[in-house]
Amino acid sequence: MTLMTKLYGAAAALALTAGAAAAEPALIFDLGGKFDKSFNEAAFNGAVRWAEETGETFREIELQSEAQREQALRRFAENGNNPIVMTGFAFGNVLGEVAPDYPDTKFAIIDMVVDQPNVRSVVFNEHEGSYLVGMMAAMASESGTVGFIGGMDIPLIRKFACGYAQGVKAVNADATVVANMTGTTPAAWNDPVKGSELTKAQISQGADVVYAAAGGTGVGVLQTAADEGILSIGVDSNQNYLHPGQVLTSMMKRVDNAVYDAMTSGTDLETGINVMGIANGGIGYALDEHNEALVSADMKAAVDDASAKIASGELMVHDYMSDDSCPALSF
Amino acid sequence: MNTAVAAPETDPLLASVPPAIQLKGISKAFGPVQANKNISISVKPGTIHGIIGENGAGKSTLMSILYGFYKADSGQIFINGKETQIPDSQAAIKAGIGMVFQHFKLVQNFTVLENVILGAEDGPLLRPSLNKARGVLKQLAEEYELNVDPDAIIENLSVGHQQRVEILKALYRQADILILDEPTGVLTPAEADHLFRILDNLRKEGKTIILITHKLREIMDATDTVSVMRRGEMTATVKTAETSPERLAEMMVGRKVLLQVDKKPAEPGKPVLEVENLRLTDEKGVERLKGISLNVLAGEILGIAGVAGNGQSELLEVLGGYANATGTIRVNGQEIDLTGKHSDGQSRRARGIAHVPEDRHREGLIMPFTAWENTVFGYHRDPKIQSGMLMDNAAIKAEAAAKMERFDVRPPNPKLAARNFSGGNQQKIVLAREIERNPDILLVGQPTRGVDIGAIEFIHQQIIRLRDEGKAILLVSVELDEIFSLSDRIAVMFDGQIMGERIPSETNEKELGLLMAGITDTAHAKMPASPMAMSEEEVQEAAEIEADAQAESELTPEVPQDAEAPSETEVKLTTTDAGAEVAPVEAQVDETAPDIRTDAAPDISADDETKTEAPAAADIASPTMPHEEPMTFSTDPVDVETPPAKTEAISLGSLSATLTQSTPERPKSPDTKSDPIKDPEEGGKDG
Amino acid sequence: MDKMPGWADAVLVPLISLLLAAILSALVIIGIGEDPVAAFKLMVDGALMRSSGWGYTLYYATNFIFTGLAVAVAFHARLFNIGGEGQAMIGGLGVALACLYIPWPNWYVALLGATVSAALFGAMWALIPAYLQAKRGSHIVITTIMFNFIAAAVLNYILVNILRPQGAMDPATARFPEAAQLPTFQDMFSTAETAMFRGAPANVTFFLAVFMCLAVWVLIWRTKLGYEIRSFGQSESAAKYAGISPIKITVVAMLISGGLAGMMALNTTMGEAERLVMNATEGAGFIGIAVALMGRSHPLGVLLAALLFGFLYQGGAELALWTNIPRELIVVIQALVILFTGALDNMVRMPLEKLFLAARRKA
Repeated sequence: MTLMTKLYGAAAALALTAGAAAAEPALIFDLGGKFDKSFNEAAFNGAVRWAEETGETFREIELQSEAQREQALRRFAENGNNPIVMTGFAFGNVLGEVAPDYPDTKFAIIDMVVDQPNVRSVVFNEHEGSYLVGMMAAMASESGTVGFIGGMDIPLIRKFACGYAQGVKAVNADATVVANMTGTTPAAWNDPVKGSELTKAQISQGADVVYAAAGGTGVGVLQTAADEGILSIGVDSNQNYLHPGQVLTSMMKRVDNAVYDAMTSGTDLETGINVMGIANGGIGYALDEHNEALVSADMKAAVDDASAKIASGELMVHDYMSDDSCPALSF
Repeated sequence: MNTAVAAPETDPLLASVPPAIQLKGISKAFGPVQANKNISISVKPGTIHGIIGENGAGKSTLMSILYGFYKADSGQIFINGKETQIPDSQAAIKAGIGMVFQHFKLVQNFTVLENVILGAEDGPLLRPSLNKARGVLKQLAEEYELNVDPDAIIENLSVGHQQRVEILKALYRQADILILDEPTGVLTPAEADHLFRILDNLRKEGKTIILITHKLREIMDATDTVSVMRRGEMTATVKTAETSPERLAEMMVGRKVLLQVDKKPAEPGKPVLEVENLRLTDEKGVERLKGISLNVLAGEILGIAGVAGNGQSELLEVLGGYANATGTIRVNGQEIDLTGKHSDGQSRRARGIAHVPEDRHREGLIMPFTAWENTVFGYHRDPKIQSGMLMDNAAIKAEAAAKMERFDVRPPNPKLAARNFSGGNQQKIVLAREIERNPDILLVGQPTRGVDIGAIEFIHQQIIRLRDEGKAILLVSVELDEIFSLSDRIAVMFDGQIMGERIPSETNEKELGLLMAGITDTAHAKMPASPMAMSEEEVQEAAEIEADAQAESELTPEVPQDAEAPSETEVKLTTTDAGAEVAPVEAQVDETAPDIRTDAAPDISADDETKTEAPAAADIASPTMPHEEPMTFSTDPVDVETPPAKTEAISLGSLSATLTQSTPERPKSPDTKSDPIKDPEEGGKDG
Repeated sequence: MDKMPGWADAVLVPLISLLLAAILSALVIIGIGEDPVAAFKLMVDGALMRSSGWGYTLYYATNFIFTGLAVAVAFHARLFNIGGEGQAMIGGLGVALACLYIPWPNWYVALLGATVSAALFGAMWALIPAYLQAKRGSHIVITTIMFNFIAAAVLNYILVNILRPQGAMDPATARFPEAAQLPTFQDMFSTAETAMFRGAPANVTFFLAVFMCLAVWVLIWRTKLGYEIRSFGQSESAAKYAGISPIKITVVAMLISGGLAGMMALNTTMGEAERLVMNATEGAGFIGIAVALMGRSHPLGVLLAALLFGFLYQGGAELALWTNIPRELIVVIQALVILFTGALDNMVRMPLEKLFLAARRKA
């Protein structure tokens, strides 16, 4: 045992982020890697913000293989890290098994519901935010055709697409929504070249605004849209700055807020399902100096109105995942 | 024979010119094997110097040292009197040494020109180099009869032409010293003659040539001086004019070569192996067996004589079950399946055919396997050596140890890998495996190739013993001596056919030599002299008639037969070759000396199986040598008109064949009888 | 002539290769400002000093044993099967189908059935390249590597369009029923007081892998078929002489190889994930090549090499968890070991042979 303590000491010494190992929060990134300019990076930014504000440190790991999911969870839990935050639905299965073994540790999972007493499940009403940016797309479009490029073809992304299409139709019932998915495997999250190809294809079909809900693939979509002189819409993080004046807006999914909140609560993390929507500021659209010129006052008024109605429950945006169907778009 | 025009008759000390090459005390060891021991040699410029020795005598190692492939452990090299370090082949080229390897180092899909400049380009652009090379090549062609179409693709050229490209490569790099390693091994006789004319021209121009060979005839014909190597040592250097093939042979082998086997007269029984009208066409569409018919009786040895590459190997492969053929084979009167699923080595063995293959390295043994594993190779499915699902390794090992003891395999260690035994002992392992199965028929191919003399005697005794036990033995050997001393009957194969059968006591080397060259119309052998002498049964009479009919058809001139059914590859070869040969000549008519044109003609004929030559040899069916096969002795189509010269060539050739084949594979101490290779540890202590 | 004693070839060469790789890795770690000694201690601690660490090490090793054996068997017939990855993927499909659609009474019957299914699927995937090699002369290296891509695409299609449960996001099958889930080491070795191998994915398939080592040894060195495979591998011309059909041996050796590779999926799919996920093989098919090379195609060598690579994988994960060495560099370290033990074998061997020769001459 003494040897092991010694080794642990060595391990701790190794870490640059020195500090007490106990009660340090931990963040586990999914296979996509932490600098994906989107989902994982948003989580990382939230954690960094928390660290800067509190002066505390946190642990992090980028996974290399499927088998490491469980390993990382357990090792962090055994090490006393608390809470342990993980990004991505793929942890759902594993967390369901691991969480009961560590009742004193709090876990937070983003984008997935895991029904355990010590787990906080953070899910976002992406369809609501997509509805808002869909409205903006329809108003900005001159051709009456808008595009949607998803990453991996999973229900979650269809949820994005469905909300978007509803927003578009709400503004212009005759508008056409062209929707494409990049692929069917996780590789679809990080394929900017294909994103670019799809954008060009949609442009040739008449689209003059494209919405990318595709992780790292979106970088290619935004780039091509800028190159071809049409508007694009970013996702998850605020991506307006990528091509100032050419990104109409970004659908903000405040993963950073979710991570920040979880880390701030620390061991007192409230468990249960935490739905982040427009009502509680978890979802929104980005408006900053980069897209001021693109968003007209009318547009802003209409979107803010819809936003208020959604928050109050007056307007219900259909959630694709509730019944696997979409009234505004067929896949 | 020795036409040493340039060879100075005077005392070498008188010469003020330093020797072109001088080696002093060169030694080289590979592990425990001493490949070269303290070798000194001096070659005068403008001469052809032969180096002769058995396989493994260290000739190639010595030349590799000279060409910078190996570094000598000790010794000095002087080029034109100056001590020279040759760490790699670049340095050798710089020193003016060119080498023509036994296996050419040409890029097959490049043109002649491209190959010639490869590695000797003048600059980054190819065009100037190519143009320069074209000029040089033209000049060389005129000087030395080295004409090759510079734009021909290598793979379309005949072997002889490819060799010329190798020589051109060396000359283009300004080599003054040319080393040729076994240059005639792959050539047809006509090509070989052409090569020697080229070498003669080179000598006249003052080039120095080292010719490595194991063929006595070439040494006697072409060289001025000759060095003999044996077991890594230089045993003698003599003027060619002052020696004889017999002397050289003795020096090479270290003792008089005389192999006579004591044996009782055969007591032949009924036919055990009957072969009728066996035909085999290989993947390239060349007919390798053209209707072979023969019988082997119980208690006799049928020897198949012939120059290598005339279908003997294919005959063994078909009989051994790993080549498909058409025709009939009967074992003890029962026909066996020649094609289809059950035609393989396993089923042949089940029918009592054992087979000692020609090439024990490629076929007879698995070299990395242990000796005991090799003793069941091919019989590994025998139920007797199985225990349940597994092989009964303990039993196999025990059996192997006993077999190795009985066959005097040294060292008698069944756990040693086959590759660690000497050639003779490897052959004994194969023989033990095949003979001890008590087969009805034993096929033996080149039983003593690369086997030391002590083992040869033992192997011959074993074969005779098996015969005396009443087994049928088919012996294939390119060594006439072996055929003579073992066989009870001799069949001669040529170009996929049996040319005739003889009783050893009623024939001689001369007659067999002619048969081996495809010449049947001699005074001695009136054609209908039945090859199937022993048959009295009607079935066999039928076969006899068939065989005769076939033999008769052989009497008709070759050319129409060829024209009748030329194989596609042959036709192709003809056209491309002829084109390659003739085209440049015609293009250069005005500038080229007429003798090139005349030279080109016999060349074509040699490559392409007699077109111009046919009329001259119309009375004697012109021999058609498969020109791709290595030939161990040569009969020369050019010589056909003058029979005396021919016979001489043959007997010399056969002598050289015998000598070269019966060579041990590695240097060994002279007194060991069967050359046990020492255990590595033991060797270490000794050294 | 054997140039050096067998023990030097089998032990010394890999050991020195390993040492060289370690030295280079240390330099890499120093280069990014970390302490290589502490890093190594961390790896040893994480992989070997705790039962759960062993659980991971053995889990990875199990994968590598199967794929290493697969490559080794093909090597003996001088066939270079680099399609282990694809064969394992398709083997995983076999496992999933067997587990999902056959109502097994308990895990050991399920394991038996899934093993047969996995081996069958893997073998079928190897059959096509084998046939093309034997009959058409298409080079097995080219075909097997191409078949890896085809396997990935096929599996992707089947998972996304056929086997993915309604509404699920992962391209993965549903969870296998309880009776088709294998006991992990935790289930097998934990007592009421002490939990052993807690949470580690090592499971009963490890013993199957060790058993397969033995089975492959018997096959190669004790049976007629193994004898024929080795003969064919050493000399095709001799095999023909002996009446061994090259076509038959090529096909059979590849079937066995593919079967073994397919069985790897038992560990990842049935043992660990308990459902078939998209990238279940995670490169183990390629690591198998290094394992077989390092293990000299001998089952015992494969076992040891697989353990080493298991250690590297688990140790690498520990490094990722507790240090700031980025995961890319951990991959670099693993790759260095593969490079030195697998590909650069001769770099170590040749000087060593010379050394032994020189020593012998002196003696």
